[in-house]
Formats: sequence, C-alpha cells, structure tokens
Amino acid sequence: METGTWKVKTGLAQMLKGGVIMDVINPEHAKIAEDAGACAVMALERVPADIRAEGGVARMADPTVIEAIMKAVSIPVMAKCRIGHFVEAQALETLGVDYIDESEVLTPADESHHIWKHDFKVPFVCGCRNLGEALRRIGEGAAMIRTKGEAGTGNIVEAVRHMRAVMDSIRELVNTPQEELMSKAKEMGAPFELVNEVHKAGKLPVVNFAAGGVATPADAALMMQLGTDGVFVGSGVFKSSNPSARAQAIVKATTHYNDPQIIAEVSKNLGEAMPGLDIKQIPSEELLAPRGW
Amino acid sequence: MKIGVLASQGAFIEHIEKLRQLGVEAMPVRLPEEIEGLDGLIIPGGESTSIGRLMRDYKLTQAIRDRVKNGMSVFGTCAGMILMARKSDDAYLESPGLMGITVRRNAFGRQRESFETELNVPVLGEKPFPGVFIRAPLIEQVNGTVEVLARLADSTIVAVRDGKMLALAFHPELTDDPRFHQYFLEIVSGRD
Repeated sequence: METGTWKVKTGLAQMLKGGVIMDVINPEHAKIAEDAGACAVMALERVPADIRAEGGVARMADPTVIEAIMKAVSIPVMAKCRIGHFVEAQALETLGVDYIDESEVLTPADESHHIWKHDFKVPFVCGCRNLGEALRRIGEGAAMIRTKGEAGTGNIVEAVRHMRAVMDSIRELVNTPQEELMSKAKEMGAPFELVNEVHKAGKLPVVNFAAGGVATPADAALMMQLGTDGVFVGSGVFKSSNPSARAQAIVKATTHYNDPQIIAEVSKNLGEAMPGLDIKQIPSEELLAPRGW
Repeated sequence: MKIGVLASQGAFIEHIEKLRQLGVEAMPVRLPEEIEGLDGLIIPGGESTSIGRLMRDYKLTQAIRDRVKNGMSVFGTCAGMILMARKSDDAYLESPGLMGITVRRNAFGRQRESFETELNVPVLGEKPFPGVFIRAPLIEQVNGTVEVLARLADSTIVAVRDGKMLALAFHPELTDDPRFHQYFLEIVSGRD
C-alpha cells in the first residue's frame, strides 16, 4: 500500500470536478456549504473580501478553526498557506487537511520561491494567470491548478482573463511544431517536459478550476463554458444576502452549465449578490493576483 | 449498446473516455429524460453528498430506479458505490438503493490515507488490478445474493456484483487497465 502518490494527489482533484468548493470560516458555514452540495470547503479565518478590507498580514488560519470545520463535514477540507511558507504547509499536513492552497490571497512569505510541493504527501492547489505560471507550479508539485482571478472583488473579469490566457496558450501549443517547443518553453519560463506534455495531450496534466470573483450562478457557468473543470467560490456565498440559496444555485449552475433554462431558473430570487469592486479602482499594490510568479 | 455516465459531479469524463476507447457509445447524463434508452449507467466517483443532492433535485433517483427495473445495468465507483448501496452512514443521502450492501464513507480516513495497491480479482484473470483508493468507502456487509469480487489483504470487501449491478470502492477509470469496464460491458450485454 502506497500513500501520497501522484495518482492519488491528482486523483482527488479529478473527483472534485464539476463541483463547487466554497470558502467557509466556521462549522456552521461548512454545514450550509455541504448541504448545498459543495464538493469541498476551504477553511479560513476570514473570506478574501474581509482580508482585502482589513489589510495587514494575512496568515494561515488558526488550527482550531480548521479542526472544527474538519469535524463538522464529511466532504474534503482544504486550507490555505502563504506562498513559500512551507512550515505553515507542514502544520496543515499534520492537521490532516485534504488539500493545501498555496494562495496569493494570504500575504506571501517568500517573494522568490514557492513551496517544493513534491516533498509533501498532502496535495496542493496553486493559482495561475497564464499557462507558464500553471506549468511552473505543476513542476514544483501542484496536483491541481486554479485561476487566480482577483479574490474578494465579486468581479469575474480577472478569472475570465486568466482562463482565456491558459486556454489560448494550450491551443497554441497544440499547433506548435515539435522543433519550436523548446523556445516556447524558454519564452513561457516553463519546464520543457510539461510544455511537451500539453502539446501532445491538448490539455493541462492536472485539473484546472476557476477562482477569484465568482459571485453568481451565471459566473460559475461562464467559467465552465470557458473550459474550467470546476469552481471555487470565495466571498461570493457568505457575503451575499442569502448564502444557502446562492450556494445551491451555484452548485446547480456548475452542473448544468450548458443549460440556459436551468441557469435562468436557479438565478431567480437569490437576493443581493456580494458587493462588487471595479478592478481599475483598486490601487495596484493592493491587487492579489500579481503575488507569486 | 448505449452507456450513460452520471455527470452531476465528479470524474465522469474519465469513464466516458474509457468507454469510447472500448468502442462503445457513451454520453453524460444530467437529467431524467437522458436515462431513457440506456443499456447501462455508470455512477462515477466524486462527492456522494454533492451527487446525491443533484440526483434528488433533478429527479434522477426515481428515474434510475425505474430504468433498473426494466433491465438497465449499473456500475458504481467510489461515490457511485455509496449511491448504489441500500445502507450507508450518510443519514441525509437519498440514494436509489440498488444493491444489498452496507457501506461506510471515508472508511480509510482522510486524503493522507488515500493509497494505491494491487488487487487480486479472480473474475478478471490472474494479473492483479491496480487499485486506486481515494478517500475511499468500504463495504461492511453484503446480503445473500451479492458476490464478492475483490478484497484487500486484510479481507476488507472492495468490489461486489449482484446480477446486473457492479460496485467498486476504487477507481478503475484513473488507470490504464480497461478490464473492469470490459467486464461491465459483458454484464450489460448479458454475456456474463
């Protein structure tokens, strides 16, 4: 019996596909998410919208909160550590979380290096803005990728930009002749073996979710139609006026993303969505997506 | 032969690809009307709570039960197996209850306890089958007509069949080995 293999790490992400992973800050929220049909929850102390509003240094959550959430639900529980903070990751692995998000939503601990994730038995998910960044993270051992989007804004525009960038580059690589792949790898700053793999397979070697700015059922379905495998919803559920109804609606829209009638139906009477932010109004030093490389 | 793969949530594309590699017509199923005319249905791995709620809300539970009465075969892997069981430790789950088995969810623990191991499966021949267990359930109890197809070294039951119903605690769709899918197709066609 072998644990912590690449197959079981990437395999868990495959089981999450077509589903919604929701940010939760306590066991009550976690139960609401599970009851709404979330396929996993992300255990946090504060949702991204609050982290953005409060400023300061955002760190790994208190293990008490994470453990209480792990006890409350039967679905997988993820938790975030800071970029490059491998000791936070070691602590999360010891707690038994099912996935670690090395996340730009928290304040980076290392401005040059991400965690060497192959050293861990617990799988990691990492954010990306383009294919090169995705393949660098996979090279370091990320078993799942997500778009960065711009967390805590309720604005889908950045997630769309990142998803389109990834999908466009994949299409381009598929049509790139073999002899040009090495310079592509150099240009993208990505490991050649992974560039070659994407060229051959026409897709990422791991599951790719959308994250950052998903606030409505239609946002979730938009990302699915753009080719994502599933959706993270951060502040979008619990910063809205009716979290339970919105959570259920986003779950249904993610499954039935190609069925406009169902999207319209589940979008009715959800109350207020989370307050949104125009990305252009955010000072550049407060943007989260450029954190990491 | 037409096989549907329940696509409410989970790893359904992997099953569809496996079936297509075997030359079978395969399609995703999200609504009850898509079950009509199917010879077989695969319920994939994923989160059983999530799949179960979507099955309930879109009235798939009853549609599957009805179609099974008219001879449809069903193959469940991991979460799919939980959804086929008559009894599980998830009190909220409204499953179609297709097999006389009792299952326990996340029976081996959390993700850090997920594992790979080789399985001895006599109905598939001598070559061991690669078992990929991810936050896997196990089968605690089987009723009279249920046949045990595979056990772990400690004798835990991980693969069962009852007539046209086939259920596994692990994920053949994540491996390169097509034998369990071929075995299911034989069950569907009545050759086994």
